[in-house]
Amino acid sequence: MAFRLKLVPDNTQFNFFRYQWLTFGISAAAMVLSLVAVLVMGLNFGIDFKGGTTIRTESTTDFQVGDYRQALDDLGLADVSITEVFDPSFGTDKHVAMIRIGTQDETGSVTPEELNGIEAALKVVDPQVAFTAVESVGPKVSGELIMTAVYAVGAATIAIMFYIWLRFEWQFALGAVVSIAHDVLLTIGIFAVLQLKFDLSTIAALLTTLGYSVNDTVVVFDRLRENLIKSKTEPLIDVMNRTVNETLSRTVMTAVTTALALGAMMIFGGDVIRGFVFAMLWGVFVGAYSTVYVAKNIVLWLGVKRDWSKPDPKDKIDEIPAAFREGP
Amino acid sequence: MLDIPFWKRLLILGLVVLGLLFAMPNLFYKRVELHNDAITAAERNGFESTEQAEARAGWPDWLPSGLVNLGLDLRGGAHLLGEVHVEDVYKARMDGLWPELRDALAAQRDTVGAIRRVTAPEGELAVEIGNPDQMARAVEIARGLSTPVASLTGAGQSDLAISASGNRLQVALSDAEKAAADERTVQQSLEIIRRRIDEVGTREPTIMRQGEDRILIQVPGIGSAEELKELIGTTAKLTFNPVVGRTTDAHARPGTGNVLLPSMDEKDVYYVIEASPVVTGEDLTDARPSFDQNGEPSVDFRFGPSGAKRFGAYTSANISQPFAIVLDDQVISAPVIRQAITTGSGQISGSMNIEESTRLAVLLRAGALPAEMTFLEERTIGPELGQDSIDAGRLSSIIATAAVVAYMIASYGLFGVFASVAVIANVILILSVMSMIGATLTLPGIAGIVLTVGTAVDANVIIYERIREELRAGKRVVKAIDDGFSEAMSAIIDANVTSFISAMVMFFLGSGPVKGFAVTLTIGIATSVFTAIFLTRMMIVLWLEWRKPKQLIL
Repeated sequence: MAFRLKLVPDNTQFNFFRYQWLTFGISAAAMVLSLVAVLVMGLNFGIDFKGGTTIRTESTTDFQVGDYRQALDDLGLADVSITEVFDPSFGTDKHVAMIRIGTQDETGSVTPEELNGIEAALKVVDPQVAFTAVESVGPKVSGELIMTAVYAVGAATIAIMFYIWLRFEWQFALGAVVSIAHDVLLTIGIFAVLQLKFDLSTIAALLTTLGYSVNDTVVVFDRLRENLIKSKTEPLIDVMNRTVNETLSRTVMTAVTTALALGAMMIFGGDVIRGFVFAMLWGVFVGAYSTVYVAKNIVLWLGVKRDWSKPDPKDKIDEIPAAFREGP
Repeated sequence: MLDIPFWKRLLILGLVVLGLLFAMPNLFYKRVELHNDAITAAERNGFESTEQAEARAGWPDWLPSGLVNLGLDLRGGAHLLGEVHVEDVYKARMDGLWPELRDALAAQRDTVGAIRRVTAPEGELAVEIGNPDQMARAVEIARGLSTPVASLTGAGQSDLAISASGNRLQVALSDAEKAAADERTVQQSLEIIRRRIDEVGTREPTIMRQGEDRILIQVPGIGSAEELKELIGTTAKLTFNPVVGRTTDAHARPGTGNVLLPSMDEKDVYYVIEASPVVTGEDLTDARPSFDQNGEPSVDFRFGPSGAKRFGAYTSANISQPFAIVLDDQVISAPVIRQAITTGSGQISGSMNIEESTRLAVLLRAGALPAEMTFLEERTIGPELGQDSIDAGRLSSIIATAAVVAYMIASYGLFGVFASVAVIANVILILSVMSMIGATLTLPGIAGIVLTVGTAVDANVIIYERIREELRAGKRVVKAIDDGFSEAMSAIIDANVTSFISAMVMFFLGSGPVKGFAVTLTIGIATSVFTAIFLTRMMIVLWLEWRKPKQLIL
């Protein structure tokens, strides 16, 4: 027998509903906690959403963040924060810092004179320093970008809900939407808890997560529908359990391949993209969880019609392609 | 599902080979880029230098030479989002209208009485007249100065909104004219910026309109956003000069006080013009597309008071002589003066269509930005950071692909090899489609490709898991594979449609890098369905036909 790596054994018989109140409770608690984290700790908005300027500096010599801060103190800039950036790919002669400066005036950008001032001040404490990226966003645009982001997540949710409603039943659509809300909220929550930079690319990651999670959910729904057609009398809860067990291997398999790919990107992709990849990676885990423990529970509670007026797929059981039909 | 006709097999294979062919130039990025640059440079100059010929020879002409565009975050460069203050133009128009209105009303002083300009809100012109009871006459005079709006939507409407209350006559631009003027202002700004940036000759700048009154400018390779702002801010030099002669000799001697300048539109035509201009672009207050008395497209222009005086004196002395409209040392056109132009406004007519007249009007005003621009977003990315990102992106893509391939083969054996071939084909197809349509690859886009590597196997996983189940149910190999494919199909379609929906939302609502990510993701979804359903299936069918296995361990 050839070797096959199987993270999920054949014919699992897990009862995914045994602890359904616990798992659902965890989901609900996590959602509430995320909301609280966002409200209490707030999101660490990037300049896309808050306006202001970020400067990425690079130096061949090691530096102290305190020295940089001191150098900039005299310039009278509002709301300056400096963080050192670490990345395994940086050699010993590469030291990167991110300097963030709040909105200075109505246009939001640091003027070229101020920029020159900053560079000159930093050169005093660190002669090797160079600016590798400077980005400014005005408050006018940042306000619009927030609204666009909210619209984007809303529009995607509604469009997906509509599609699932078309393809399945309204109970499924609702189940998918609740699991989307779960995933989105938990992703925003982790950004609040870890105070990661929340910017436009995070929204893109959120939308991707949303697509991925629904993708996962839909595969289970699709199987559920098929099983519901086959067995019209078995209790819904049993059909669901069987469905999740049948698709479990695929759910795990795809989560692992996606996590492998994103994990590689997270480790080797550089610090610029790390936040973005982290959001997607987190979304993959949360999405897999919500597929198993959130979406179908909603459908179970809402109940679903059992008589799917579609031809039984068993009708075509003997169709074997001509090329492979064995001789008489 | 396992009957694949021969022509279909050829088609599937052909598409993959085509993908390979179109993705290949990206492997030799630098060389192909030099090759392409040499071709564009040679086309522009009309000849080819030896270095260009060498660069062109670096990549065979008969091979595809489309490349994936690298976004600013990968190549380095500057990004600006500017907002055009379209209202500036209203004020300038009203100020320009005042002398005309004053003269027209002054001519009727007996009826309307003394006139006086009074302060009015920005973009409006208010005049008090001595005889309020003759207001109807004053309104009529003002109305006489209005012209029909020259736009499709506002056609037939007057460009001025005139109202009167008591002794106060108020003139403003009508809503239709405001809309048309806004449109013109933004178009002019775009045109000016494009000309400014083209002059520097950087590679593939993006200059596009965003929304009503915003302009997005992305210039790869430029040092900083500051530099870009300076470049845009510089005013173009527009002059009206007397023409001495016209020649096709690029080395003709213009003589003292004259200069030889090339024509903008006519190839190999040069004009000898007097170096000192009669009037300059600073004297020009307006230029708009319109129609002459014969109904032919033309361009109306108007000078300010001092320019009008000089231009009037010059034209009355030089009837039937040509004068040159010169922009940045190129002659835009050299029309002949038909009559003295003393009013300060004139018309350029000739053989042109509406598009050309619009363009000329734009160019005429293209001297300076028609309205102030403020910058809402400025980004500078250094080329070193971009190169770091490319390197990191490349490394992580390779590792990600290797990890997924290893895991797939460990899980599914031979079928995992098939899926891996499909995944690699998928990445190649994504790159080839992006090269063909000239899409832009951003750093999030690279993450999108990596993500696609992870999710593209999903369709294969769904199919393989299904086949495993069918095998466990005791079906024969061929039957199990056949059922596996057909039963998995609806799940694959549904799953990819939902991913596609979120990618589309990102594309339409996103901007910059997010849009780049959405493009990569969308292409990735389409190609992954192709590779998972068609390519993998064909490989499995070929294997079945070759080995005719009685049993299958999956």
